[in-house]
Amino acid sequence: MNRTRRRKALSGFVVFLCAGSVVLALIPLFFIFGYVISKGFSSLNWDFFTKMPKPVGETGGGMANAMVGTAYLIAIAGGFAVPVGVIAGVYLSEYGKKSFGSLVRFTADVLNGVPSIVIGIFAYGLAVLPVKHFSALAGGLALGFMMVPIITRTTEELLNLVPGSLREGALALGATRARAAFSVMVPAALPGIMTGILVALARIAGETAPLLFTAFNNRYLTTSLLQPISSLPVQIYTYAISPYDDWHRQAWAGALVLVGFVFTFSVLARVVTRRLERMHRT
Amino acid sequence: MKTPSSRRRNTDDRAFRLGTGFFALLVVLLVAGIFIELYRTSHLSLAKFGFRFWTGRTWDPVSGEFGALPFIWGTLYSSMLAMLISTPIALGIAIFLSELSPRRFRAPLAFLTELLAAVPSIVYGLWGVFVLVPIVRKLQVVTPDWLKKVPLFSGPPLGVGMLSAALILAVMVIPFTSSVAREVLKAVPATQREAAYALGATRWEAIQAALRFGRTGIIGAVILGFGRAVGETMAVTMVIGNNPQISASLYAPQYSMSAVIANEFTEAADNLYLSALIEIGLVLFVITVIVNAISRLLIWSVTREVKAKAPKPATTMALAAPTGGGE
Repeated sequence: MNRTRRRKALSGFVVFLCAGSVVLALIPLFFIFGYVISKGFSSLNWDFFTKMPKPVGETGGGMANAMVGTAYLIAIAGGFAVPVGVIAGVYLSEYGKKSFGSLVRFTADVLNGVPSIVIGIFAYGLAVLPVKHFSALAGGLALGFMMVPIITRTTEELLNLVPGSLREGALALGATRARAAFSVMVPAALPGIMTGILVALARIAGETAPLLFTAFNNRYLTTSLLQPISSLPVQIYTYAISPYDDWHRQAWAGALVLVGFVFTFSVLARVVTRRLERMHRT
Repeated sequence: MKTPSSRRRNTDDRAFRLGTGFFALLVVLLVAGIFIELYRTSHLSLAKFGFRFWTGRTWDPVSGEFGALPFIWGTLYSSMLAMLISTPIALGIAIFLSELSPRRFRAPLAFLTELLAAVPSIVYGLWGVFVLVPIVRKLQVVTPDWLKKVPLFSGPPLGVGMLSAALILAVMVIPFTSSVAREVLKAVPATQREAAYALGATRWEAIQAALRFGRTGIIGAVILGFGRAVGETMAVTMVIGNNPQISASLYAPQYSMSAVIANEFTEAADNLYLSALIEIGLVLFVITVIVNAISRLLIWSVTREVKAKAPKPATTMALAAPTGGGE
């Protein structure tokens, strides 16, 4: 009996440890969110959204250029990554059972684990080195390369949630595979595909490392493809490592805006995914 | 029956297959392209230094002498420390969420822990610089003198350094390891646990049975976390201290492979310097590809095997039980 008691005690202790590790992981989460929210809100003002950065050492000004820059970079990235990712995802869900499908799935997962800074070097080699200057195009390419595997995998996953009988119905009515995919399957999974895009956006909106030497930074507002462009993350980085208090303040404000974006995207994505799962549950 | 219309359908289907397949192929070409491009642009350094690049300790751009050992050391040391801290916590979370938690808390808790992965690296870095580093500095100041004699804790109290980097990496890696480990545990058939319970096992003993069944996948989850830690850039750059030295001390400011690329890439004035930095990137790429490939294969070996081999009723049970499917 003594032995049984000991086993039960050990079991209870392990359960306690496991619950404890959840708490332990949530501490830094609340700590970080708490700091970003409290420091960010007290630093955030209207100027932050509407004004351009002031010269070094002067207080005031904002990050209007960086926010426009980030939106612009995301547009460039999404412009090619969304079609490529979605179509590759359609292929995987339609024909992905063979070995080539496994290979694509595998490389997408591996690509997802490649450090963003390495993707940055790749984009540098493609778009900066040949023309010898930093550009929004190079930054957008880097971010887009990171989006592709995420969109591919989520698109496939969410298309697979759509019941196969829909496709079979379409084929039985005489539709081609392409018609069945794009007129029946994709529309049925559309909210899910949007979710995949949101997840990818959330992932890249805060990326700093690949932009440092592709999009670089710019004190002015530009929308030229071939000029260096500022972005929220890079601006936060520049301000964070500067010695000026007012820039630190703005870095926190920037972090709040960034976290706000990412959080909204993540929550939206989760809500849609859960609804889809409930809808197509058999 | 080869009517004209059915023939057209066949060509249409083939066009669709090849057309979409081309985009899928792009994903594979992208990985190959990264390797080729990095190899091409680092040839100067590859040719000049050869293997010496990876054993040399001097990093002197002015005299054109490049040795990357301190960066490799910093990357491996910080990642290992981060794994030591994060692995038990991440596995604890995975076990709690898949085996122990009341169903009601499962989804919200999973969402919260995975939110750790959504916080951008730069925000971790900002928090690290202004919150974590001062705390670590205080910790270093109050370190008793006898402890400072141990090489692990020697050095001035700077705050920035290996300890700060390892702590922040640990927090960042937790969600990756825990969510994959959870997925693996989900794929373990419920019969494994039920059999253990039937034999009179306690909760922990039943969990052990599940862990043993999914151990390859669990190892894969840990390796995946390691891959993340190795490639992490911004947060590490901001707190590791950026000093290329090889030291066992947790308090010493050091450097990492990704950090040196982030810091010096735009400053690299001559081609040799640039190609030396790109060579570091190439090795980072090769390491993370290998690490991720191994971890994926291990994870798939568990999640796939179960789906493919288990008899139908068992599969549905295994998938239904831990997901908490039915409301």
